[in-house]
Amino acid sequence: MDSFLQNLINGIGIGSIYALIALGYTMVYGILKLINFAHSDVFMVGAFMGYYGARIFSKLMHGSEVVEPGWPLFTLVLLFSVACCGLLGYLNERIAYRPLRNAPRIASLITAIGLSFLLEYGGQMVFGPDPKFFPQLLEKHQLQFLGTSITSHTVIVLVVALIFMGILQYIVYGTKFGRAMRAVSHNFETAALMGIPTDRVISITFVIGSMLAAVGGVLYGLSYSKIEPLMGIMLGLKAFVAAVLGGIGNVPGAVIGGLVIGIVESFAGASPLSTYKDAIAFVILILILLFRPSGIFGKYQAEKV
Amino acid sequence: MRNWLVRDLAGIAVISAVLVGISYFLGWIPIPGMAYYNRVIVTIGINIILAVSLNIINGHAGQFSMGHAGFMAVGAYTSAYLTYFHFQPFLATLAEGPGRFALQQALFLGALLAGGAAAGIAGWVVGLPSLRLRGDYLAIVTLGFGEIIRVLILNIDKIGGARGLSGVPAFANFFWVYFFVCIVIIVSWRLVRSQVGRAFLAVREDEIAAEAMGVNTTHYKVQAFVIGSFFAGIAGGLLGHYLVYLNPGMFQFTKSFEAIVMVVLGGMGSISGSVLAAVILTVALEGLRFVKEAFGLTSDPRMVIYAIVLILLMRLRPQGLLGNRELGDFFRRRKGGDR
Amino acid sequence: MTVTAVLEAKGVSIRFGGLTAVCDFNLAIQPTELVGLIGPNGAGKTTVFNMLTGVYKPTEGEIRVSGVNTRTLKAFDITKLGAARTFQNIRVFKSLSLLDNVKIGGHIHYKYSWADSVLHSITFREHERQAEKEALELLSMFDLDHRAHDEAKSLPYGDQRRLEIARALAAKPKLLLLDEPAAGLNTGETTELMQQIRAIRDKFGIAVLLIEHNMELVMGICERILVLNYGKTIAHGRPEEIQRNPVVIEAYLGEAVEV
Ligand SMILES: Nc1ncnc2c1ncn2[C@@H]1O[C@H](COP(=O)(O)OP(=O)(O)O)[C@@H](O)[C@H]1O
Ligand SMILES: [Mg+2]
Repeated sequence: MDSFLQNLINGIGIGSIYALIALGYTMVYGILKLINFAHSDVFMVGAFMGYYGARIFSKLMHGSEVVEPGWPLFTLVLLFSVACCGLLGYLNERIAYRPLRNAPRIASLITAIGLSFLLEYGGQMVFGPDPKFFPQLLEKHQLQFLGTSITSHTVIVLVVALIFMGILQYIVYGTKFGRAMRAVSHNFETAALMGIPTDRVISITFVIGSMLAAVGGVLYGLSYSKIEPLMGIMLGLKAFVAAVLGGIGNVPGAVIGGLVIGIVESFAGASPLSTYKDAIAFVILILILLFRPSGIFGKYQAEKV
Repeated sequence: MRNWLVRDLAGIAVISAVLVGISYFLGWIPIPGMAYYNRVIVTIGINIILAVSLNIINGHAGQFSMGHAGFMAVGAYTSAYLTYFHFQPFLATLAEGPGRFALQQALFLGALLAGGAAAGIAGWVVGLPSLRLRGDYLAIVTLGFGEIIRVLILNIDKIGGARGLSGVPAFANFFWVYFFVCIVIIVSWRLVRSQVGRAFLAVREDEIAAEAMGVNTTHYKVQAFVIGSFFAGIAGGLLGHYLVYLNPGMFQFTKSFEAIVMVVLGGMGSISGSVLAAVILTVALEGLRFVKEAFGLTSDPRMVIYAIVLILLMRLRPQGLLGNRELGDFFRRRKGGDR
Repeated sequence: MTVTAVLEAKGVSIRFGGLTAVCDFNLAIQPTELVGLIGPNGAGKTTVFNMLTGVYKPTEGEIRVSGVNTRTLKAFDITKLGAARTFQNIRVFKSLSLLDNVKIGGHIHYKYSWADSVLHSITFREHERQAEKEALELLSMFDLDHRAHDEAKSLPYGDQRRLEIARALAAKPKLLLLDEPAAGLNTGETTELMQQIRAIRDKFGIAVLLIEHNMELVMGICERILVLNYGKTIAHGRPEEIQRNPVVIEAYLGEAVEV
């Protein structure tokens, strides 16, 4: 029973990071019908910005690069990484995708793959190929919960992820921008005809998605402490699977999809199947696409002839 | 007598004789570092097989597959399993001589074909779900399949698991690699000028119109996957028996990505374009090795450069070097295209 | 009845969400008949085609092509039963040659496999020779043979429409379904095309179902006309009857304002 709860909590922990990344995939896909392969690498950059941010702010705050855990530092680092990735997301869209808006979709797809590799291997050149240890931005406590012991970091990951998902939910469903975004996602041409500035909506969507990925990156660093330039590949693929599972284009669906994948993996990891853990997300993906291509919450759209 | 079969067999004999001649010639050239050039030439050949076979799936049938490395792995491990555990020990019991030599070649050919067949079956399995998916979804699924295959291999201890399999017999050489280079080019060339290849092209151009013309799109997508994967499996088998070593890490999706870059650079759908791009990229890659050493880089700049090539290509010349034409088309009178 | 109808639709309806795009559609076409399907924009004509050719599955009703119920069949199976179509928003294979376009049209008549293709067997060569000959004949019927090796997208709009008809004919259908073949053509071209459609029917002895948005055009050539409006059949009969039918006139007058 203990280990059941333990696995569940671990699963929710990694699941909420998948969810944060999945949100970016789902929003961009909803609007542009493009799998933004580079999104997972923005997540990676987010983690590295957290790594460097922690040193920079430590230096500024008390003159030494040695990181002293604390909430002010954590908040600063989080915001720094969010800002950097927001900018990166904006540049990605502006430089790589926008010029191809009217090109065949395959061109955008290939560009996305190229961009993804550029960030990954460019990251290797800039940050170095070896794993880095993410600084302890917050002190780690063991908490007792229903008879299992969990770390304070797991709780923080969950709470911070929830806060940002809440903000996103508000933006998408409670603001004028959110309405414009949903309109563009529903029908690009009509939205443009109605006077919605589609280019701006797309830019902002990339920025928001990238910011969420940055949050995911910092939280990942906080709880797994090891980061490296290629870490986005697997995580990103799984997050994408989460988005498809929840119904691509569907915001709450991405969150649920992320949690489901995280939990399933966590239980698989503790079972005799643990060596197959990395394949499970893909098996899930193939099963959904075969039996319910629209995902759990999506609706299926037939092509108009 | 079926004279077409005779003609093809004669063609194969001529090709083989020429290749044997060239390989003796290459072995004879007395320049220092010839072993290195030989390796580059063989690598080029393997990459040509990869690119031309991926072009059948991505370029002709228009199904964006990102799992080519997975099929390659299936072929590599299947054929290595046969030669390493069965053929090699058996051959060792025979006396040296031309008989053993001939048997070894025959068994190696059999192992390669078996590897290709296993990869083809894997391609069939992957092709099946692809029938419901378009474009980017298919890309993700094939990528996922590639990863699943890799994870499976990691878990099979008999063939070395994560440690890899060393001591694969060194059966592959210039002759075998270029023999299959010729085969894959001829097969792909003849296919695309037949009912089957035209059905591939129709699927690529417009699935709904293709179905309206009686083309069973599912059937042809799967067929393209099977044929493409078969040759990827052959390429994998050749690679393993050339490097005499296998390791699941060799078949990560960066490998699939390399094949994609070749096909896209050459021009999706152009066989000669794929060949050209495979040659250019392999040679460029060797050049990059020197760049890396000269600048003392700690990481390989190859993937970065691939990435940049791909992004720029989509901006400046999305149709690739040759578009969907063949080299020959450029020498003939230009046919009223609008380019 | 001695001959089976090439097409029989009984009580066919389709709904997209809340919208009933076509409601209780009935039509039987005998071999060599030339039937017009007309109606204002958005009436559901293309949707009818899509159901007849298996692109959409009707929500209700039964469709038979050459006597076979198509409920469980895929689009390509229906083509094999003898129904070939063109598309309103041209769907030629743009970057393939005209010749290849037409050859793909004849796809269902190729009886050789990938192995024949790879080995260039005798079956392969015979089929290919035949296919080449037939494709060129069809192209020359539409005066397109001199451009046989050009890419389809290099053709002007009107020629692309004609290429699409040639491609459909290559399937040797019993029923040819044409979706607004005259859209985008000028008056002269349109009249010529209409004559050509009639000539095709006579030459090949096949049935034709012709969608046209403009009523006047089909009057001259169709033997029977069915009028759709908002998915419902508002009239069905000989051209003279349709011309005089007050319901039809009203449906078209209602539209005339927006045209
Ligand atoms: N796949 C679809 N999904 C939703 N509505 C559709 C679909 N296909 C057609 N419709 C609707 O059905 C109606 C009839 O369209 P259509 O058959 O194209 O008209 P026509 O060809 O007579 O101009 C239109 O209102 C159209 O929007
Ligand atoms: Mg229509």
